[in-house]
Amino acid sequence: MLRQTLHMLGKEMLTEWRQRARISGVFWFAFAIVLMVAFATPNSAVLPQVAGGTLWLGLLLASTRSLDQSYAVELEHGAMEGLMLWPVDPIAIYYGKALANTLVLVLVAFALLPLVIAIFDAPVVGNPLNLIVIVLLGCMALAAPGTLYGLITSQARGSSVLLPLLLFPLVVPAVLAAANATTKVFEGDPMEQVPSWLALLTAFDIIFWSLSGIAYGKLLED
Amino acid sequence: MLLGPNGSGKSTLIRCLGTALRPHHGTVHLGGHNLWEERAALRSRIAYLGHQPHLYDDLSGPENLSVWARLGGYTPDIPALLARVGLDPDRRDPVRTFSAGMRRRLALARILLKSPNLVLLDEPFTALDPAGRLLLMEVIRSLQDSGATLLMATHHPSVARQVCGSALILDAGKVVYSGAIDGMPESVMGAS
Repeated sequence: MLRQTLHMLGKEMLTEWRQRARISGVFWFAFAIVLMVAFATPNSAVLPQVAGGTLWLGLLLASTRSLDQSYAVELEHGAMEGLMLWPVDPIAIYYGKALANTLVLVLVAFALLPLVIAIFDAPVVGNPLNLIVIVLLGCMALAAPGTLYGLITSQARGSSVLLPLLLFPLVVPAVLAAANATTKVFEGDPMEQVPSWLALLTAFDIIFWSLSGIAYGKLLED
Repeated sequence: MLLGPNGSGKSTLIRCLGTALRPHHGTVHLGGHNLWEERAALRSRIAYLGHQPHLYDDLSGPENLSVWARLGGYTPDIPALLARVGLDPDRRDPVRTFSAGMRRRLALARILLKSPNLVLLDEPFTALDPAGRLLLMEVIRSLQDSGATLLMATHHPSVARQVCGSALILDAGKVVYSGAIDGMPESVMGAS
Protein backbone atom coordinates (compact mmCIF):
# COMPACT_ATOMS: atom_id res chain seq x y z
CA MET A 1 0.00 0.00 0.00
CA LEU A 2 2.90 2.37 0.74
CA ARG A 3 4.20 1.91 -2.81
CA GLN A 4 0.77 2.70 -4.27
CA THR A 5 0.40 5.73 -1.96
CA LEU A 6 3.73 7.10 -3.16
CA HIS A 7 2.83 6.49 -6.81
CA MET A 8 -0.52 8.19 -6.26
CA LEU A 9 1.26 11.14 -4.62
CA GLY A 10 3.68 11.25 -7.56
CA LYS A 11 0.77 11.30 -10.02
CA GLU A 12 -0.95 14.09 -8.09
CA MET A 13 2.19 16.22 -7.97
CA LEU A 14 2.88 15.63 -11.67
CA THR A 15 -0.63 16.81 -12.63
CA GLU A 16 -0.29 19.76 -10.23
CA TRP A 17 3.03 20.67 -11.85
CA ARG A 18 1.43 20.54 -15.29
CA GLN A 19 -1.33 22.87 -14.06
CA ARG A 20 0.85 25.33 -12.17
CA ALA A 21 -1.66 28.08 -12.89
CA ARG A 22 -4.04 26.26 -10.57
CA ILE A 23 -1.75 26.51 -7.52
CA SER A 24 -1.05 30.14 -8.29
CA GLY A 25 -4.82 30.69 -8.53
CA VAL A 26 -5.21 29.22 -5.04
CA PHE A 27 -2.41 31.46 -3.75
CA TRP A 28 -3.84 34.65 -5.27
CA PHE A 29 -7.28 33.82 -3.88
CA ALA A 30 -5.82 33.44 -0.37
CA PHE A 31 -3.73 36.58 -0.81
CA ALA A 32 -6.79 38.58 -1.91
CA ILE A 33 -8.56 37.57 1.30
CA VAL A 34 -5.53 38.58 3.38
CA LEU A 35 -5.41 41.96 1.62
CA MET A 36 -9.15 42.54 2.07
CA VAL A 37 -8.95 41.89 5.80
CA ALA A 38 -5.90 44.16 6.10
CA PHE A 39 -7.67 47.01 4.31
CA ALA A 40 -10.94 46.43 6.16
CA THR A 41 -9.31 46.61 9.60
CA PRO A 42 -9.96 50.18 10.76
CA ASN A 43 -7.24 50.41 13.39
CA SER A 44 -3.71 49.55 12.24
CA ALA A 45 -2.68 48.94 15.83
CA VAL A 46 -4.76 45.73 15.95
CA LEU A 47 -3.34 44.37 12.68
CA PRO A 48 -0.68 42.18 14.37
CA GLN A 49 -3.39 40.68 16.59
CA VAL A 50 -5.50 39.54 13.61
CA ALA A 51 -2.56 38.36 11.46
CA GLY A 52 -2.74 34.71 12.57
CA GLY A 53 -6.50 34.51 12.13
CA THR A 54 -6.31 36.14 8.70
CA LEU A 55 -3.63 33.73 7.49
CA TRP A 56 -5.82 30.76 8.39
CA LEU A 57 -8.99 32.38 7.05
CA GLY A 58 -7.22 32.81 3.72
CA LEU A 59 -5.95 29.23 3.77
CA LEU A 60 -9.34 27.83 4.78
CA LEU A 61 -11.19 29.58 1.97
CA ALA A 62 -8.46 28.83 -0.58
CA SER A 63 -8.37 25.16 0.47
CA THR A 64 -11.87 24.59 -0.91
CA ARG A 65 -10.71 25.81 -4.33
CA SER A 66 -7.67 23.57 -4.19
CA LEU A 67 -9.62 20.51 -3.02
CA ASP A 68 -12.39 21.08 -5.55
CA GLN A 69 -9.86 21.33 -8.38
CA SER A 70 -8.00 18.20 -7.32
CA TYR A 71 -11.16 16.21 -8.07
CA ALA A 72 -12.01 18.14 -11.25
CA VAL A 73 -8.88 16.58 -12.80
CA GLU A 74 -10.15 13.11 -11.89
CA LEU A 75 -13.59 13.71 -13.38
CA GLU A 76 -12.53 15.12 -16.77
CA HIS A 77 -12.25 11.78 -18.54
CA GLY A 78 -13.57 9.47 -15.87
CA ALA A 79 -10.13 8.97 -14.31
CA MET A 80 -11.73 8.58 -10.87
CA GLU A 81 -13.74 5.62 -12.16
CA GLY A 82 -10.54 4.35 -13.76
CA LEU A 83 -8.81 4.49 -10.38
CA MET A 84 -11.69 2.65 -8.74
CA LEU A 85 -11.53 -0.15 -11.32
CA TRP A 86 -7.74 -0.38 -11.28
CA PRO A 87 -6.07 -2.77 -8.85
CA VAL A 88 -5.24 0.05 -6.43
CA ASP A 89 -6.09 0.08 -2.74
CA PRO A 90 -8.65 2.89 -2.14
CA ILE A 91 -6.77 3.75 1.05
CA ALA A 92 -3.66 4.39 -1.06
CA ILE A 93 -5.72 6.64 -3.33
CA TYR A 94 -6.90 8.60 -0.29
CA TYR A 95 -3.50 9.03 1.32
CA GLY A 96 -1.85 9.91 -1.99
CA LYS A 97 -4.44 12.60 -2.66
CA ALA A 98 -4.50 13.86 0.94
CA LEU A 99 -0.69 14.17 1.03
CA ALA A 100 -0.73 16.03 -2.29
CA ASN A 101 -3.47 18.38 -1.06
CA THR A 102 -1.44 18.98 2.11
CA LEU A 103 1.68 19.80 0.07
CA VAL A 104 -0.23 22.28 -2.10
CA LEU A 105 -1.65 24.02 0.99
CA VAL A 106 1.77 24.06 2.69
CA LEU A 107 3.30 25.68 -0.41
CA VAL A 108 0.55 28.31 -0.47
CA ALA A 109 0.90 28.87 3.31
CA PHE A 110 4.67 29.37 3.14
CA ALA A 111 4.26 31.76 0.21
CA LEU A 112 1.59 33.67 2.14
CA LEU A 113 3.33 33.75 5.51
CA PRO A 114 6.00 36.41 4.78
CA LEU A 115 3.38 38.58 3.09
CA VAL A 116 1.10 38.35 6.13
CA ILE A 117 4.03 39.18 8.45
CA ALA A 118 4.88 42.22 6.30
CA ILE A 119 1.36 43.50 5.66
CA PHE A 120 0.11 43.01 9.22
CA ASP A 121 3.42 44.13 10.76
CA ALA A 122 3.46 40.95 12.84
CA PRO A 123 6.58 40.86 15.01
CA VAL A 124 7.21 37.04 15.36
CA VAL A 125 8.26 37.22 19.01
CA GLY A 126 7.85 33.47 19.63
CA ASN A 127 9.86 30.56 18.26
CA PRO A 128 9.67 30.76 14.42
CA LEU A 129 10.21 26.98 14.18
CA ASN A 130 6.81 26.60 15.83
CA LEU A 131 5.32 28.37 12.81
CA ILE A 132 6.57 25.57 10.54
CA VAL A 133 4.98 22.94 12.78
CA ILE A 134 1.71 24.90 12.99
CA VAL A 135 1.54 25.32 9.20
CA LEU A 136 2.23 21.61 8.62
CA LEU A 137 -0.30 20.40 11.20
CA GLY A 138 -2.88 23.01 10.18
CA CYS A 139 -2.64 22.18 6.48
CA MET A 140 -2.88 18.46 7.30
CA ALA A 141 -6.02 19.24 9.32
CA LEU A 142 -7.61 20.96 6.31
CA ALA A 143 -6.50 18.35 3.78
CA ALA A 144 -7.58 15.17 5.61
CA PRO A 145 -11.35 15.81 5.88
CA GLY A 146 -11.20 18.00 2.76
CA THR A 147 -9.97 15.11 0.61
CA LEU A 148 -12.76 12.92 1.95
CA TYR A 149 -15.50 15.52 1.51
CA GLY A 150 -14.05 16.48 -1.88
CA LEU A 151 -14.87 12.95 -3.05
CA ILE A 152 -18.42 13.17 -1.70
CA THR A 153 -19.15 16.53 -3.30
CA SER A 154 -17.14 16.10 -6.52
CA GLN A 155 -19.98 14.47 -8.44
CA ALA A 156 -22.71 16.59 -6.91
CA ARG A 157 -24.19 19.58 -8.63
CA GLY A 158 -22.80 22.76 -7.08
CA SER A 159 -19.84 20.95 -5.56
CA SER A 160 -18.01 24.25 -5.01
CA VAL A 161 -20.86 25.35 -2.72
CA LEU A 162 -21.41 22.01 -1.04
CA LEU A 163 -17.76 21.40 -0.11
CA PRO A 164 -17.37 24.46 2.17
CA LEU A 165 -20.80 23.79 3.70
CA LEU A 166 -19.65 20.35 4.77
CA LEU A 167 -16.02 21.12 5.49
CA PHE A 168 -16.08 24.40 7.39
CA PRO A 169 -18.09 23.29 10.46
CA LEU A 170 -15.90 20.22 10.77
CA VAL A 171 -12.53 21.99 10.70
CA VAL A 172 -13.50 24.83 13.07
CA PRO A 173 -11.52 23.34 16.01
CA ALA A 174 -8.41 22.89 13.85
CA VAL A 175 -8.61 26.36 12.31
CA LEU A 176 -9.12 27.94 15.76
CA ALA A 177 -6.16 26.02 17.15
CA ALA A 178 -3.94 26.94 14.20
CA ALA A 179 -5.00 30.60 14.27
CA ASN A 180 -4.47 30.92 18.03
CA ALA A 181 -1.12 29.15 17.93
CA THR A 182 0.04 31.35 15.03
CA THR A 183 -1.03 34.48 16.90
CA LYS A 184 0.91 33.33 19.96
CA VAL A 185 4.02 32.83 17.84
CA PHE A 186 3.59 36.32 16.36
CA GLU A 187 2.89 38.09 19.66
CA GLY A 188 4.90 35.97 22.07
CA ASP A 189 3.66 33.22 24.35
CA PRO A 190 4.29 34.10 27.99
CA MET A 191 1.60 31.65 29.19
CA GLU A 192 3.04 28.86 27.03
CA GLN A 193 -0.24 28.12 25.28
CA VAL A 194 1.28 27.07 21.94
CA PRO A 195 1.96 23.45 23.03
CA SER A 196 -1.72 23.03 24.01
CA TRP A 197 -2.92 24.31 20.63
CA LEU A 198 -0.39 22.06 18.90
CA ALA A 199 -1.66 19.10 20.93
CA LEU A 200 -5.22 19.87 19.80
CA LEU A 201 -4.08 20.10 16.17
CA THR A 202 -2.15 16.84 16.48
CA ALA A 203 -5.15 15.04 17.99
CA PHE A 204 -7.38 16.40 15.21
CA ASP A 205 -4.91 15.20 12.57
CA ILE A 206 -4.55 11.74 14.09
CA ILE A 207 -8.32 11.26 14.24
CA PHE A 208 -9.08 12.53 10.74
CA TRP A 209 -6.07 11.02 8.98
CA SER A 210 -7.06 7.60 10.34
CA LEU A 211 -10.85 7.72 10.05
CA SER A 212 -10.97 9.41 6.64
CA GLY A 213 -8.70 6.77 5.12
CA ILE A 214 -11.06 4.02 6.24
CA ALA A 215 -14.21 5.88 5.14
CA TYR A 216 -12.75 6.79 1.74
CA GLY A 217 -12.74 3.23 0.41
CA LYS A 218 -16.40 2.71 1.25
CA LEU A 219 -17.41 6.06 -0.26
CA LEU A 220 -15.41 5.46 -3.43
CA GLU A 221 -17.30 2.23 -4.15
CA ASP A 222 -20.69 3.84 -3.48
CA MET B 1 -21.38 -9.53 -28.60
CA LEU B 2 -24.00 -7.55 -26.76
CA LEU B 3 -26.67 -5.89 -28.85
CA GLY B 4 -29.77 -3.85 -28.22
CA PRO B 5 -31.33 -0.45 -28.79
CA ASN B 6 -30.27 2.63 -26.86
CA GLY B 7 -31.29 2.37 -23.21
CA SER B 8 -31.68 -1.40 -23.33
CA GLY B 9 -29.12 -1.92 -20.55
CA LYS B 10 -25.97 -2.89 -22.47
CA SER B 11 -23.71 -0.39 -20.72
CA THR B 12 -25.28 -1.15 -17.35
CA LEU B 13 -24.61 -4.85 -17.79
CA ILE B 14 -21.02 -4.18 -18.89
CA ARG B 15 -20.48 -1.82 -15.94
CA CYS B 16 -21.82 -4.46 -13.54
CA LEU B 17 -19.40 -7.01 -15.03
CA GLY B 18 -16.59 -4.47 -14.82
CA THR B 19 -17.38 -3.89 -11.10
CA ALA B 20 -18.11 -0.22 -11.78
CA LEU B 21 -21.69 -0.78 -10.60
CA ARG B 22 -23.05 -2.89 -7.78
CA PRO B 23 -25.98 -4.98 -9.06
CA HIS B 24 -29.24 -3.98 -7.38
CA HIS B 25 -30.51 -7.54 -7.61
CA GLY B 26 -28.77 -10.86 -8.03
CA THR B 27 -25.09 -11.66 -8.14
CA VAL B 28 -22.48 -11.86 -10.86
CA HIS B 29 -19.94 -14.67 -10.82
CA LEU B 30 -16.65 -14.82 -12.71
CA GLY B 31 -14.82 -18.13 -12.73
CA GLY B 32 -16.78 -19.24 -9.67
CA HIS B 33 -15.99 -16.06 -7.74
CA ASN B 34 -18.62 -13.58 -6.60
CA LEU B 35 -17.57 -10.56 -8.64
CA TRP B 36 -18.72 -7.81 -6.27
CA GLU B 37 -17.58 -9.51 -3.07
CA GLU B 38 -14.14 -10.29 -4.49
CA ARG B 39 -13.82 -7.25 -6.74
CA ALA B 40 -10.54 -6.06 -5.25
CA ALA B 41 -8.78 -9.26 -6.27
CA LEU B 42 -10.63 -9.71 -9.58
CA ARG B 43 -10.11 -6.20 -10.96
CA SER B 44 -6.59 -7.02 -12.09
CA ARG B 45 -8.11 -9.69 -14.35
CA ILE B 46 -10.81 -7.51 -15.90
CA ALA B 47 -10.13 -4.95 -18.63
CA TYR B 48 -12.94 -2.46 -19.14
CA LEU B 49 -13.06 0.06 -21.96
CA GLY B 50 -16.17 2.15 -21.48
CA HIS B 51 -17.39 5.48 -22.82
CA GLN B 52 -14.77 7.36 -20.77
CA PRO B 53 -11.09 6.90 -21.64
CA HIS B 54 -9.92 7.14 -17.99
CA LEU B 55 -7.01 9.43 -18.88
CA TYR B 56 -5.39 12.56 -17.46
CA ASP B 57 -5.67 15.51 -19.83
CA ASP B 58 -2.53 17.30 -18.66
CA LEU B 59 -0.23 14.31 -19.05
CA SER B 60 1.20 12.97 -22.30
CA GLY B 61 0.38 9.52 -23.66
CA PRO B 62 3.53 7.86 -22.25
CA GLU B 63 3.03 9.64 -18.90
CA ASN B 64 -0.56 8.45 -18.68
CA LEU B 65 0.46 4.86 -19.31
CA SER B 66 3.38 5.17 -16.92
CA VAL B 67 1.12 6.50 -14.14
CA TRP B 68 -1.43 3.70 -14.59
CA ALA B 69 1.32 1.07 -14.87
CA ARG B 70 3.01 2.19 -11.65
CA LEU B 71 -0.29 2.32 -9.77
CA GLY B 72 -1.17 -1.19 -10.89
CA GLY B 73 2.34 -2.55 -10.32
CA TYR B 74 2.82 -3.37 -14.02
CA THR B 75 6.14 -3.03 -15.86
CA PRO B 76 5.22 -2.81 -19.54
CA ASP B 77 7.26 -1.70 -22.52
CA ILE B 78 5.37 1.58 -22.92
CA PRO B 79 6.83 2.67 -26.30
CA ALA B 80 5.97 -0.76 -27.73
CA LEU B 81 2.47 -0.55 -26.28
CA LEU B 82 1.90 2.88 -27.82
CA ALA B 83 3.19 1.65 -31.16
CA ARG B 84 0.85 -1.35 -30.93
CA VAL B 85 -2.18 0.98 -30.82
CA GLY B 86 -0.80 3.18 -33.58
CA LEU B 87 0.36 6.13 -31.46
CA ASP B 88 3.74 7.84 -31.68
CA PRO B 89 5.75 6.79 -28.59
CA ASP B 90 7.83 9.99 -28.81
CA ARG B 91 4.87 12.34 -28.79
CA ARG B 92 5.01 14.40 -25.60
CA ASP B 93 1.93 16.58 -26.11
CA PRO B 94 -0.68 16.45 -23.36
CA VAL B 95 -3.71 14.26 -23.98
CA ARG B 96 -5.92 17.36 -24.14
CA THR B 97 -4.46 18.01 -27.61
CA PHE B 98 -5.40 14.50 -28.82
CA SER B 99 -8.33 13.83 -31.13
CA ALA B 100 -11.17 11.63 -29.85
CA GLY B 101 -9.83 8.71 -31.88
CA MET B 102 -6.33 9.09 -30.46
CA ARG B 103 -7.75 9.17 -26.94
CA ARG B 104 -9.62 5.99 -27.73
CA ARG B 105 -6.40 4.34 -28.90
CA LEU B 106 -4.60 5.47 -25.76
CA ALA B 107 -7.46 4.17 -23.63
CA LEU B 108 -7.06 0.83 -25.42
CA ALA B 109 -3.33 0.86 -24.64
CA ARG B 110 -4.21 1.57 -21.01
CA ILE B 111 -6.32 -1.58 -20.67
CA LEU B 112 -3.57 -3.58 -22.38
CA LEU B 113 -1.34 -2.84 -19.39
CA LYS B 114 -3.25 -5.64 -17.68
CA SER B 115 -3.20 -9.26 -18.78
CA PRO B 116 -6.96 -9.70 -18.53
CA ASN B 117 -9.07 -12.83 -18.45
CA LEU B 118 -12.20 -10.83 -19.22
CA VAL B 119 -12.26 -7.93 -21.68
CA LEU B 120 -15.31 -5.67 -21.61
CA LEU B 121 -15.68 -3.24 -24.49
CA ASP B 122 -18.55 -0.76 -24.59
CA GLU B 123 -18.99 0.71 -28.06
CA PRO B 124 -15.26 0.25 -28.79
CA PHE B 125 -15.47 1.49 -32.39
CA THR B 126 -16.72 4.93 -31.37
CA ALA B 127 -14.47 7.72 -32.69
CA LEU B 128 -12.11 5.27 -34.41
CA ASP B 129 -11.23 5.72 -38.07
CA PRO B 130 -11.16 2.66 -40.39
CA ALA B 131 -7.48 2.05 -39.60
CA GLY B 132 -8.28 2.30 -35.88
CA ARG B 133 -11.07 -0.24 -36.26
CA LEU B 134 -8.76 -2.68 -38.02
CA LEU B 135 -6.17 -2.17 -35.32
CA LEU B 136 -8.76 -2.72 -32.59
CA MET B 137 -9.83 -5.98 -34.25
CA GLU B 138 -6.20 -7.14 -34.32
CA VAL B 139 -5.78 -6.30 -30.64
CA ILE B 140 -9.00 -8.12 -29.78
CA ARG B 141 -7.86 -11.20 -31.69
CA SER B 142 -4.52 -11.21 -29.89
CA LEU B 143 -6.32 -10.93 -26.53
CA GLN B 144 -8.55 -13.86 -27.51
CA ASP B 145 -5.49 -15.84 -28.59
CA SER B 146 -4.05 -15.27 -25.13
CA GLY B 147 -7.15 -16.87 -23.63
CA ALA B 148 -9.20 -13.81 -22.68
CA THR B 149 -13.00 -13.82 -22.90
CA LEU B 150 -14.49 -10.88 -24.76
CA LEU B 151 -17.83 -9.13 -24.29
CA MET B 152 -18.47 -6.25 -26.65
CA ALA B 153 -21.50 -3.96 -26.63
CA THR B 154 -21.90 -2.56 -30.11
CA HIS B 155 -24.24 -1.20 -32.72
CA HIS B 156 -22.04 -2.72 -35.44
CA PRO B 157 -22.84 -6.46 -35.34
CA SER B 158 -21.54 -7.03 -38.86
CA VAL B 159 -18.08 -5.82 -37.74
CA ALA B 160 -18.21 -7.45 -34.32
CA ARG B 161 -19.14 -10.87 -35.72
CA GLN B 162 -15.58 -11.14 -37.06
CA VAL B 163 -14.35 -11.62 -33.50
CA CYS B 164 -17.46 -12.73 -31.59
CA GLY B 165 -18.88 -16.23 -31.54
CA SER B 166 -22.21 -15.64 -29.85
CA ALA B 167 -24.67 -12.84 -29.28
CA LEU B 168 -26.88 -11.55 -26.51
CA ILE B 169 -29.64 -9.14 -27.42
CA LEU B 170 -31.16 -6.94 -24.74
CA ASP B 171 -34.33 -4.91 -24.86
CA ALA B 172 -35.50 -2.82 -21.91
CA GLY B 173 -33.20 -4.74 -19.59
CA LYS B 174 -34.45 -8.17 -20.68
CA VAL B 175 -32.62 -10.79 -22.71
CA VAL B 176 -34.57 -11.27 -25.94
CA TYR B 177 -32.00 -13.44 -27.72
CA SER B 178 -29.09 -15.50 -26.56
CA GLY B 179 -27.22 -17.82 -28.88
CA ALA B 180 -25.16 -18.15 -32.02
CA ILE B 181 -24.64 -15.10 -34.20
CA ASP B 182 -25.86 -17.01 -37.24
CA GLY B 183 -29.20 -17.59 -35.54
CA MET B 184 -29.80 -13.93 -34.76
CA PRO B 185 -32.92 -12.26 -36.16
CA GLU B 186 -32.21 -10.81 -39.61
CA SER B 187 -33.62 -7.47 -38.47
CA VAL B 188 -30.71 -7.11 -36.05
CA MET B 189 -28.04 -7.69 -38.68
CA GLY B 190 -29.92 -5.58 -41.18
CA ALA B 191 -30.19 -2.70 -38.72
CA SER B 192 -26.41 -2.36 -38.63
